[in-house]
Amino acid sequence: MTRSTASPPPGAADLPAAVAALIGKPQYEEQSEFPIEIGYVYNSCAATQNGNPLYWDAAVAQALTGGRIAPPTMLSVWMRPHYWAPGAPGERKALMTHFDLKELCGLPEAVVVSNEASFGEPVRMGDVLTSRQVVRSVGELKKTKLGTGRFWVIDVETHNQRGEWVGTESYSFLGYRRPEGEA
Amino acid sequence: MRDLLADEVRVGQELPPLRVDVNATLIVLGALASRDWRPMHHDKDFAVERNGLRNIFVNTPNFQAWFERYLTDWTGPKGRLGRMTFKMKKSVFPGDEMSFSGRVTGVTEDASGCRWVEVDVGVSVAGTLTTEGHAKIALPADADDNPWARRGPNWQP
Repeated sequence: MTRSTASPPPGAADLPAAVAALIGKPQYEEQSEFPIEIGYVYNSCAATQNGNPLYWDAAVAQALTGGRIAPPTMLSVWMRPHYWAPGAPGERKALMTHFDLKELCGLPEAVVVSNEASFGEPVRMGDVLTSRQVVRSVGELKKTKLGTGRFWVIDVETHNQRGEWVGTESYSFLGYRRPEGEA
Repeated sequence: MRDLLADEVRVGQELPPLRVDVNATLIVLGALASRDWRPMHHDKDFAVERNGLRNIFVNTPNFQAWFERYLTDWTGPKGRLGRMTFKMKKSVFPGDEMSFSGRVTGVTEDASGCRWVEVDVGVSVAGTLTTEGHAKIALPADADDNPWARRGPNWQP
């Protein structure tokens, strides 16, 4: 878990130069596409049958947190782009660094291996968040059950419009190529 | 919903179990609520033909939300999540029943006086662990304490 970009671990010795160059370099600084709003908080709580009054009762929220906030685990929700937007070319994807790594490593398939998050200042209604993606490590090419691939870790560090740290999500992926002969 | 106090928690304590029947609607609700538009979470043909799985499956960000709900059902609204790690071992599909479990692994106090509880959490389907994780959550020391009031150096998750 990181809150800064200090001392990234080195990548594997067999990395393409373009991949090695990405390690530790902040990329894709992006703003949330709309101010944080309560409708999505209700959607998330409804989808998980979460009755926590902090998210449903404005008086409880005022007493505990000085106003309405979003559940901490919604951190990544706010940074995902709309599926479509006027003028946007093609399908829009979150975590572009991950798709860059797939392309640069020549590994067309990928799965999330693990996910780690730490949470700072609460995300409040009306906040506008800014995130940046940092590749922390890319492992050597190895054989796995799914195919030959590499493990990599990407951090997404997020701050609010006041410059306060609101959280970091760290994703571990396996990018892989299916064994020859499989569709 | 009452607030659990840090002094009420002991290492080894089990969290109350939670069982949830999963259907396609629940999976799609969770994917869309987390703005995850990837087709394997709503398009069965894609999940079967491209991913080689038997159906659509619960997406990763939605599991975070489920774990948060499970933890704060236990702590009450003053419980403030500081950190969460989890690892998906197997996918969860329509027709599965998710069984949530949790066990306290640590009860600590940091230099700022914040009281932390660490919990191993898991989801099993038919007795097989599908997702496991670890969470660090701040609890009030007493009825007047409020972890949400902590800021800056007094909030070190």
